[in-house]
Amino acid sequence: MCGMLGSGFLVSLQIFSLTLLGALPLGLPVALARMSKVRPLAAIARFYISIMRGTPLMLQMFAIYFVPYYVFGVSLTTDSKWQATIVAFIINYAAYFAEIYRSGIQSIPRGQYEAAEVLGYSGGQTFFRIVLPQVVKRILPSITNEVITLVKDTSLAFSIGVIEMFTVAKQLVASQVSMLPFAIAAAFYWVFNLLIDALATRVERKLDYYHD
Amino acid sequence: MTDASEKDVEQAGAARTTQAAQAGAADGTRAAAPTKSPIVSVRHARKAFGSVPVLRDITLEVEPGEVVAIIGPSGGGKSTLLRCMTLLERLDGGDLAYGDLAVAADGVYGNKDVLARARSRFGLVFQNYNLFPHFSVLRNVMDAPVVVQRRDRAEVEAQARALIAKMGLEGNEDKVPCQLSGGQQQRASIARALAMNPEVMYFDEPTSALDPELTAEVLRVMRGLAAEHMTMVVVTHEMSFARDVADRVVFMDGGVIVEQGPADQVINHPRQERTRAFLAQREA
Repeated sequence: MCGMLGSGFLVSLQIFSLTLLGALPLGLPVALARMSKVRPLAAIARFYISIMRGTPLMLQMFAIYFVPYYVFGVSLTTDSKWQATIVAFIINYAAYFAEIYRSGIQSIPRGQYEAAEVLGYSGGQTFFRIVLPQVVKRILPSITNEVITLVKDTSLAFSIGVIEMFTVAKQLVASQVSMLPFAIAAAFYWVFNLLIDALATRVERKLDYYHD
Repeated sequence: MTDASEKDVEQAGAARTTQAAQAGAADGTRAAAPTKSPIVSVRHARKAFGSVPVLRDITLEVEPGEVVAIIGPSGGGKSTLLRCMTLLERLDGGDLAYGDLAVAADGVYGNKDVLARARSRFGLVFQNYNLFPHFSVLRNVMDAPVVVQRRDRAEVEAQARALIAKMGLEGNEDKVPCQLSGGQQQRASIARALAMNPEVMYFDEPTSALDPELTAEVLRVMRGLAAEHMTMVVVTHEMSFARDVADRVVFMDGGVIVEQGPADQVINHPRQERTRAFLAQREA
C-alpha cells in the first residue's frame, strides 16, 4: 500500500517540481508587465492575473485540457491530459508569484534606485544587482507559503484523472474499505512540507546577514 | 596645525571667489576670459511641480576646487536644485552643463549617452545614505567602479580600501551597512561616491539624519575633502560648517537665489532682509 502511495507521490512530486520550474521564472516577466508603463501590456497582465486568481485551478485544468479538443479537434490522450495539468499549474502559480514579486519590487525604497542611477548603473544592472537580491529576501516568507500550498494543490490533478498520490489514496480507500490510505497520504504531504519549511528556514537564516 | 593650513586654503578660496563674483557683477558676462571654466553651470533654470514653481530662474556656476554651501528654509528649492544638477529631476527650462558637456539646453536634454557622461562627472551623497544594504561596505564602494566604469578589480579594490580608511572606517570593510552607525554609513556613502573619481561632489543635507556627535564625524571628513580642494556643493543646515568650510554661501528661498557671496559675508553680514530673518531664526 505504501509502495503504491509512494509511486503516486512521485507523480505529485513531478507536478510540484515542474510547476515551480515553470512558474517561478514566469512570474517575473508577468510582474514586470503588470508594473509596465505601457498601458495595454499592464492591462493584459492585470487581466491574466485576475482570471488566474479569480477562477478555480480545477476549472483552468479542464479548460486547458478540453479547449484544444473542442476548438481544434485535437484528440484527448493521457499525454495531453498530463500536459494540460502542468500548463494549468504553471500559468496559475505564475500569477500568484507575479503578485508576490510585484509587492516585493514595489517595497524597495526609491532611494535605492536613485543611488544606483547616480552611480551610473543601467536599468538592468540596477534591477539584477541592487533590487532583485533585496526583493528575494523580502518575499521569501510569502514564496514559502505559496510553495506549501502548491504541495497540497497537486492533489487537484485528481479531478482530471492524473494518477497522483491522492488519486491512488482514493482508489485504495475504496478497494480496502479503510481510511488508512488517506491518513498515510496526509502524512506524505505533511512530512514533505516539513522539509520545505526546514529548507526555507535555512535560506532565510542565510539571508539574515543584513536587514534594512 | 592642520586647522591653520586649512584656514589658509579657505581664505585663498574665498578671495578667489570674491574676485570672480565681482568680475561677473561688473559687466554681467563671462566674456572677460575667466582663468578657469566652471565644472558645472546652471543657467536660468526653471522647474515646477505641477503648478507650483520650485526653481525660478536660477543661475549658479561652480569653479574647480570651490566649496559652495546652499542654505535656506525648507521648501526653498535647495534640494530640488541639487536633484536637477544630479539629473534625478529634470529642469523645465534653462541650461545645465558639465564643463564643455551641454546636458540640457533650454530645458531640452541630451541623449542617454550625454546623460551617462554627465553622471560620470559627479558624485552624490544622500541625506539618508542610500547604501546598498545587501552589499558589504567594501562592495558598496567597489561595485559601481567595477561594473559601471569597467575598471580593473584589483586597482579598484586598492582605491576602495584606501578611501574606506580615509573615511575612518578601517576594519569595517566586510560589515554590512546595518552593522554601522549612521555616521559610519554616511562616511561609507561618501567613500562610495568618491570611488567613481568625480569632478564634483554633491551633498544633500548629509548630516540631517544624524545626532550631533555623528554629525561631527561626517563634517570632519567633509572638511578634509575641502582641504584637498575637492569641488563640493553642499546643501546644509549646518551654519558653522557653511561659515567655516564654504568658499561661497548661496541663500535660496522661494525658488530663487536671494543672496550669495563669501561665507563670512552672507552668514555674518547678510545684505538681504530675508537672509537676515532666516539666520536670526536659526540662531534662536
